[in-house]
Amino acid sequence: MIVTTKKNERVVEIGDIAIALRTDDQHFLDLLCQRYAGFLSSSPPELELDLDLTSSGPASDDDVRVRREGTEWLLERGDFQARWDPLTGRGHVRQSHNPYALDSVLRILHSLVLTARGGFLLHAASAIFAGQAYLFSGVSGAGKTTLTRLAPDSVTLLTDEISYIRPSAVGYSAHGTPFAGELAKAGENTVAPVSALFFLEKGPENRVDELPPAEAVRRLMRNILFFAEDRELVEKLLATACDFVQKVPVRTLTFYPDSRVWDEIRNFEGMPAHA
Amino acid sequence: MPETYITRSSAIAARMLAGEMMVMNSMDSTFFTLNEVATAIWQAADGRTPLREIVRNQVCEQFDIDPAQAQTDAEQFVSELSQHGILLVSDQPIQDPHAPEKQ
Repeated sequence: MIVTTKKNERVVEIGDIAIALRTDDQHFLDLLCQRYAGFLSSSPPELELDLDLTSSGPASDDDVRVRREGTEWLLERGDFQARWDPLTGRGHVRQSHNPYALDSVLRILHSLVLTARGGFLLHAASAIFAGQAYLFSGVSGAGKTTLTRLAPDSVTLLTDEISYIRPSAVGYSAHGTPFAGELAKAGENTVAPVSALFFLEKGPENRVDELPPAEAVRRLMRNILFFAEDRELVEKLLATACDFVQKVPVRTLTFYPDSRVWDEIRNFEGMPAHA
Repeated sequence: MPETYITRSSAIAARMLAGEMMVMNSMDSTFFTLNEVATAIWQAADGRTPLREIVRNQVCEQFDIDPAQAQTDAEQFVSELSQHGILLVSDQPIQDPHAPEKQ
């Protein structure tokens, strides 16, 4: 696809949400093109961010703070301060030259927009297998990267780190993201209906087990990326998590780390979700 | 003995799924799943009804449970949820309960 944009702007489209990123710093724009290759777009932007770059600094491990101030959202961490108004779609980011800071801003922004629209970002790898998307969630070390490394060639990786979930006409869809984990590789910019969510556990054999619905919601909520201390959005997110569990099979996948785990996934027949 | 009045915090979100009530604090993301008895207390927490009356009318009437044990369990449940900011507790009726009636 030929991507045409304004000289001082790049549009990054993730999950069908196009965000214009503007700066006069050509070097930083080049960095964005490298980092979000495959997700650059010429679509009219739905959201716009003006970037104000300060002196370079390392990525920050400080806690993120996300709060409302009037109609605006304020996003803060050691290496960035951002304001964004959901009514106008416009915002401003003051950050270091480190692209990781912008990556974090985009994750938070998408999490806010998605929550309001009945979707969410999930700490999970996701991949398309035989036309269906499968999500693999778990804490660091649970095996997300291991599982994606073991995937056969026919599998399309959507992400090894942050899954992008949106409601669809019949359930939920998973979109590819450029948000990479240990693989340091962006996912494919494509989408597929979600067939199942597996919570990963390593073990001596491959096994799929049911999860009671409340436990499924509890685990789902624990792994959703959400930063705002805001009751309205938390209510919306909890409602979405309950809806997701009712529409999508949620299981634990205990796996021994070799390629046979993908046979288990291939043979998984989505039992009815918790209707 | 003074009465105890309870109401739900305005900072929480709650949802019933498959017969279980899930409660989440929007300030710190703590998440609880309530059993049937706890759910009955939770739903009756209107800030105006004494806990003793809630236990008598909502718990002992509906569940096969020793009244003294029910009261002890209820006080423990209330204490735990209040420590997490999910329930507000007072020895006076709470005049302006924050909890929405739909919960």
